[in-house]
Amino acid sequence: MIRVENVSKSFTLHNQGAAVIPVMRGGELTVARGECVALTGASGAGKSTLMRMIYGNYLTASGRIMVGDLDVARAAPREILDLRRNVLGYVSQFLRVVPRVATLDVVAEPLRAVGSNEAEARARAGELLAQLNIPQRLWQLSPTTFSGGEQQRVNIARGFAHPYPVLLLDEPTASLDATNRATVLALIEEAKARGTAILGIFHDEAARDQICDREVDVTRFTPGLAA
Amino acid sequence: MTPLLQVENIAKFYGARIGCTDVSFDLYPGEVMGIVGESGSGKSTLLNTLAGHLTPDRGAVRFDTRADGLRDTVTMSEPERRMLSRTDWAFVHQHARDGLRMNVSAGGNVGERLMAVGARHYGDIRASATDWLGRVEINEDRIDDRPSAFSGGMQQRLQIARNLVTGPRLVFMDEPTGGLDVSVQARLLDLLRGLVREMGLSAIIVTHDLAVVRLLADRLMVMKDGHVVETGLTDQVLDDPQHGYTQLLVSSVLQV
Repeated sequence: MIRVENVSKSFTLHNQGAAVIPVMRGGELTVARGECVALTGASGAGKSTLMRMIYGNYLTASGRIMVGDLDVARAAPREILDLRRNVLGYVSQFLRVVPRVATLDVVAEPLRAVGSNEAEARARAGELLAQLNIPQRLWQLSPTTFSGGEQQRVNIARGFAHPYPVLLLDEPTASLDATNRATVLALIEEAKARGTAILGIFHDEAARDQICDREVDVTRFTPGLAA
Repeated sequence: MTPLLQVENIAKFYGARIGCTDVSFDLYPGEVMGIVGESGSGKSTLLNTLAGHLTPDRGAVRFDTRADGLRDTVTMSEPERRMLSRTDWAFVHQHARDGLRMNVSAGGNVGERLMAVGARHYGDIRASATDWLGRVEINEDRIDDRPSAFSGGMQQRLQIARNLVTGPRLVFMDEPTGGLDVSVQARLLDLLRGLVREMGLSAIIVTHDLAVVRLLADRLMVMKDGHVVETGLTDQVLDDPQHGYTQLLVSSVLQV
């Protein structure tokens, strides 16, 4: 479902003497249906950069990034938006929401975007929030006031609301206690069993060993670091 | 799919000075595009040119009309263009007083747009007006009050109700949240997002607030000195800006 071929990326900082910083060269990766692949490498090696390139919020300088049938590296904004609505989900480390929108609606939104009716979407959102131990009395409040761990769980619930065929997970188990961590891992296992292709960054080694089928070390793609 | 709006090579000059030039883009149904840039960058000129308030010196603005498909709104007759701006288009001004009649009641402001497209039944018009005031969170018992007795945020919400009551397909917005305090702004953003989704609206939003476009716009266009310097997916332009000016804009935002 994901096929990354020979991608490269550099940042040009126009306001800092036009410094050019190469961050990736010769990036290669595949993730099949029902497979979970972990990106590894030291902090700054380019794990998140590669993930953002696949999601389309970083531009790719050269190479191909196929997600399903679409080459994200060359797709028009409209095609990427459509891909994100239907195919490609992303659980980032940070929750970004319109202030004052109720948690239940934040989680239901991806379902509303693909045309589910309000009642259905909310029911599914409630199910996920309950599973992730967000007390029901908080559902009508905005998640902006929640603790870090609660926000992270809302973010996960939102990422799993629509059964995307491809999922990108950036540290899904960070800042979670043991119970919630187990729930998140179960959600990931469930998605895998459904045939979802998952690419993740896990600093939590035990979690990585438990759910990932393979690891890809991005250090190989870091210019200047590659052996 | 046919684009709802097709802008080709638009240019508007003020004498020898550039208002905006070489602007081309397609906007599809349901898409929200943000236009950012500092004041004087030509973003409002562009918006007013697209909406037919200013006549461009060059270029075409084609709109997918219900009857005849894509038509160039620059060359169509004035009555046709006015009809479009009453039915399929809406324009939300930065200052609500520019988009409202201040000495007509709130209900009258909303009802007037309906009458302009042929509604005549008083009960129906009043019911629609009440419904729309509710949607923009203005209490029903304020329907007979004049907008001059409303707060700034309420005036802005009334302006939005007045604009959307006829079910337009394309909404132009010029700094819709400018000058409002942040709590009112958040409520308005939420309202706009909901309306865009429920009504399948397309919108073009001019603003200098990057946080607003991140939440509202799917795509982003960055303008400087009348030229478009960068376009792309909103989060891509904000997270991985390519042009020096965009990098400066993004890095200049204060963190809260």
